[in-house]
Amino acid sequence: MAETLNIDQIRADFPVLHQQVNKAPLIYFDNAATTQKPKAVIDALAAYYEHDNANIHRGIHTLAERATTAYELTRKKLAAFLNAPSIDQIIFTSGTTAGINLVAQTFGRANVGKGDQIIVSNLEHHSNIVPWQMIAEEKWAEIKVIPVSDEGVLDIEAYKALLNPRVKLVAVNHVSNAIGTINPIVEIISLAHAVGAKVLIDGAQSVAHLSVDVQALDMDFFVFSAHKLFGPTGVGVLYGKQELLESMPPYQGGGEMIKEVSFAGTTYNELPYKFEAGTPNIADVIAFGAALDYVQAIPSEALATQEEALLAYATEKLKAISGLRIVGTAPEKIAVISFVIDGVHPQDIGVLLDKFGIAIRTGHHCAQPLMQRYELVGTCRASFAFYNTFEEIDRFVLCLEKTLQMLG
Amino acid sequence: MGQPINEIQEELIEEFGLFEDWADKYEYLIDLGKKLAPMSDAFKTEENVIKGCQSRVWLHAEKQGDLVVFQADSEAIIVKGMISMLIRVLSNHTPAEILAADLYFIEQIGMSQHLAQTRSNGLVSMVKQMQHYALAFS
Repeated sequence: MAETLNIDQIRADFPVLHQQVNKAPLIYFDNAATTQKPKAVIDALAAYYEHDNANIHRGIHTLAERATTAYELTRKKLAAFLNAPSIDQIIFTSGTTAGINLVAQTFGRANVGKGDQIIVSNLEHHSNIVPWQMIAEEKWAEIKVIPVSDEGVLDIEAYKALLNPRVKLVAVNHVSNAIGTINPIVEIISLAHAVGAKVLIDGAQSVAHLSVDVQALDMDFFVFSAHKLFGPTGVGVLYGKQELLESMPPYQGGGEMIKEVSFAGTTYNELPYKFEAGTPNIADVIAFGAALDYVQAIPSEALATQEEALLAYATEKLKAISGLRIVGTAPEKIAVISFVIDGVHPQDIGVLLDKFGIAIRTGHHCAQPLMQRYELVGTCRASFAFYNTFEEIDRFVLCLEKTLQMLG
Repeated sequence: MGQPINEIQEELIEEFGLFEDWADKYEYLIDLGKKLAPMSDAFKTEENVIKGCQSRVWLHAEKQGDLVVFQADSEAIIVKGMISMLIRVLSNHTPAEILAADLYFIEQIGMSQHLAQTRSNGLVSMVKQMQHYALAFS
């Protein structure tokens, strides 16, 4: 008998869940946009400012020492979380977008030239498209796109056909934010490596749901955001292979990232500091450490079982609604359901569900090329976390039916 | 001589005052959206579109005598309901009246959230655009 989660106990850890919105109990189904924060994270943030606040790395006084130790402890926890070979390969950024831009402007700038190619997929978030378009435009390189099937699965045969020695980088998400598909990154990475291309995996949507071992997956670059992993906003992580990070030119110049500065020339600091110019987001990095502790204390198998059960239950219930079509029916999915309803604009559904206290996301999910592929203006997206319940799904479906009656 | 703008706003406040429940209020708003006079397809041009992050709004204005007449449409029905009220309040008035209008009814009927979501639905831009037309016609 597999261990099951005590959901009531878990929900008690998340203060934000216990409130009324528009006179109804909040149902939070927008976890793909951002996850809620356990009390431990909120407390860590407050405790840092109350007791330890100081600038890190350079100070020699006690508070600076404490803040530096706590900040670097999160880096250690992340190295363990990702099974990174070294803590020097964990670079703090402000989020997934910043991590992708960093790689585009350093690795991309140094390695992509005229006539070279960068491959992205049709499932990408704008943040894993636009930074590559910018560097491609500057370098006269080309963007190639892995097509996606009607079900939301990447076409691996088409991907194989796109691969050639001119491909310098493949940038795909681990999990689609818009429709929840889990992409076959093992295959994507090994096929890219076979032609000498490097791979950036956008893990924004996967880290809260799937375990990631960067060595086992032979990751070149892996990026994600703390706030989608029960941590604070404004913190992101870039993991990179040591030799890649070392060979890349620095990104932003400033304090922290230098070894010595003179007007005759400047030498740069070692990893990871080379890529961390300026005072970082100390408080949120430290609080992120508390989020990592929290999520790792939950048995991962029980967490996955809970989320799979929520997905299966909600999918079944939603399918029974007449005129409703689920967008994205890949066999491998995380607990995200995107759907459209005949003759109803997604925005209207989102506005009315909010009146029932239910938070879902509507729109194009910053994935306009995917919406264009499916000829949709947008979808409604319900995305679950382990703290969501079957009762919430029941009420969501009931309120969705009421909403459709009102709009009908 | 048309009905003054504030008189129409008072009418709307009274109509919405009849509903205690939010659901009834929204059903009325949806109904207003459904009854919005259809916009001629000829006016649904790229030039007339106001892009929101989630839904589009089309707005056309013309001057008939001294008065500015608006036509508008949207893909989303709740936005259409809002448009219907904005047209009822502002259309068929002089540019000076439109420019001087203070649209207090929106807050009074409890619908200001739809004008606060600046990026999502294009309504804020629509109100601004109505005023720009009034300015251009004055």
